[in-house]
Amino acid sequence: MEIVVCVKQVPDTETRIKIDPAGKGIVREGIEYVVNPYDEFAIEEALVLKEKHGGKVTVITAGPDRAVDALRTALAMGADEAIHIQASQEDAVDSIGAAEVMARALKEIPFDIILCGKQAVDDDNAAFAPALAEFLGLPHVTVVTGLEVDPEAGEAQVVREIEGAQEHITTSLPAVIAAQKGLNEPRYPALRGIMQAKRKKIPVSTLADLGLEGETLPARTEVLSMMPPPPREGGEKYEGEPEETVARLIKALQAEKLV
Amino acid sequence: MAEKFDGIVVGAGPAGIAAALRMAGAGMKVAVIERGEYPGSKNVMGGILYRQPTEELVPRFYEEAPLERPITESRLWLMGDGNVVSIGCRAAAFAEEPHNAYSVLRAKFDQWFASKAVEKGALVLCETVVRDCLTEGDRVVGIRTDRPQGELLADVVVLADGVNSLLARELDMREEIRPDRVAQAVKEVISLPPGKIEDRFNIERGEGVSIEAIGDATRGLVGTAWIYTNRDSISIGVGGLLEGVGHRRLRPNDLIEHFKGLPPVRRLIEGGKTEEYLAHLIPEGGYRSLPRLVGKGVMVVGDAAMLVNGLHREGSNMAMISGKFAGEAAVEAWKRGDFSRRSLEAYVDKLKDSFIIKDLKKYSRALPFFERNPHFFRLYPGLVGRAVAEFLTVDGVPKREKQARIFDILYERGRWNLYRDLYNAWRVLR
Repeated sequence: MEIVVCVKQVPDTETRIKIDPAGKGIVREGIEYVVNPYDEFAIEEALVLKEKHGGKVTVITAGPDRAVDALRTALAMGADEAIHIQASQEDAVDSIGAAEVMARALKEIPFDIILCGKQAVDDDNAAFAPALAEFLGLPHVTVVTGLEVDPEAGEAQVVREIEGAQEHITTSLPAVIAAQKGLNEPRYPALRGIMQAKRKKIPVSTLADLGLEGETLPARTEVLSMMPPPPREGGEKYEGEPEETVARLIKALQAEKLV
Repeated sequence: MAEKFDGIVVGAGPAGIAAALRMAGAGMKVAVIERGEYPGSKNVMGGILYRQPTEELVPRFYEEAPLERPITESRLWLMGDGNVVSIGCRAAAFAEEPHNAYSVLRAKFDQWFASKAVEKGALVLCETVVRDCLTEGDRVVGIRTDRPQGELLADVVVLADGVNSLLARELDMREEIRPDRVAQAVKEVISLPPGKIEDRFNIERGEGVSIEAIGDATRGLVGTAWIYTNRDSISIGVGGLLEGVGHRRLRPNDLIEHFKGLPPVRRLIEGGKTEEYLAHLIPEGGYRSLPRLVGKGVMVVGDAAMLVNGLHREGSNMAMISGKFAGEAAVEAWKRGDFSRRSLEAYVDKLKDSFIIKDLKKYSRALPFFERNPHFFRLYPGLVGRAVAEFLTVDGVPKREKQARIFDILYERGRWNLYRDLYNAWRVLR
């Protein structure tokens, strides 16, 4: 089974994001990057499928030089091959452009199933998977929490999360599957895997190789402005002796019907 | 079968990276194991990097390394009774390239420093904790990490796992840290616009100041407080002997809040935002608490080896140079194909021939002396302040009487006690 996982490198979820002075992007200096957490579920599911049905897992990303670290993380977990499409994506929030690039790259390699995260935690667009499927003319299922694949029949049984219930879907393969938390528990890479991943040569292709112009991901949208959420309103502070302040606190909690 | 390396370094701090640089640079197959997310993510120091020792490892590093500001002026503050006596030095040489010292942020600098070892071929593995050393008899033959299939073999293991060095303790190379031989330091990085920093510290763009403060700065604890200017932030911290902190039931946080609240400090950091809060133990035992530095197939470097000169706020330079020596000894052993204890003893010989052991020996009596005589930190800074203030006060008192008053202040503990203190201090410091 040929399994492809599309991953995106995003700022570490612990990063304190600052808006840059131009107000159209974030300050990149000093940011640490990680694999998009939802993509980790996709990588893990790909490895589970490989263990069950045999085959090969290929991870692919489009991004600047540093994005190769995301691929190495996937290789360390157990992916077999990685492809890096060199593209600057600074502050691009256009998932359609990313999907277009990936679709072009995927035309060059065989696949039976494509996995990715349900959304990237940086721009939270959740548009990549459907867009990719559309470009490739494939079915897609998003917000997936369960996956059973039958390679012989060329079918997959998929469970997806919907408001207050689950949807059970049968889809033909190949298809694009977008992983939700709960699908699995991503593994802790073994030391041997990390070392092999560090040493692996990862092929790089450019947008020009894919027949696209420029060096940034093609975008159909433009960021007009970016602003931080309004600061939280300061709470109330009781000062004084504990006997008095505790009594006031209890009264306040009772007034709010919290105790 | 676990993979075998020529050398494994535990910990990607200044000592560990230095060892890896030397070993990988000579062609050894080297792995560095770091528990943090990236090299530097868990590393803490006051914030000053000296040029000379760093250049021994990466010549002309200042042309490309992420540095904050060159330190062009150093100040010492004696604080007490609300007075501050400030002594400063703006040496002409400090203002010229190559500078004597730079302020740095460890997280940025160590990441760059580690990248130099990677360029030489070292494999740096992060987010991986070394649980213990693999041994055959009394010989260290590798390490075991917390990851699946997590064992690695090596001819020599360099322990650069920091002040707590559980690994050195497990190998019985070191005793448990004693509270009287370790200082607790807390530090904040406070962001301020570069223009404000330059105005407040009276410096130009591309210049920096270090301030060391004793006395009320540490609430009289045996220790120092410090302020260093970074590019667009300030490193501010307080360190005192752990024993003192414990005895007086002071919380580290109280110490730094007290220092930040002192008027001369408050003005410098006003309007700044605390970006980071860091705490660290600093080995202060010096010569008396040196561990066994080598064993069969193993060496201990940096903080793990308690190599810190607390009095001269030197730690990361000793770490780097000890790492360098260990790396060199490993390379010689590798060329001989002999990793026995005797072969690795070359590391200890190099340390002994260098400023590291010489300085630690020179000051070996200083710390116990100041511990026994806490009034050096609790009383004298204040006396100096009052004496200087008296000297500078013009109030119609004849000068002869003024002198007598000044001596009265200085003799507060008794004339002979003062002379004895000065003599004794000179003896332990000379």
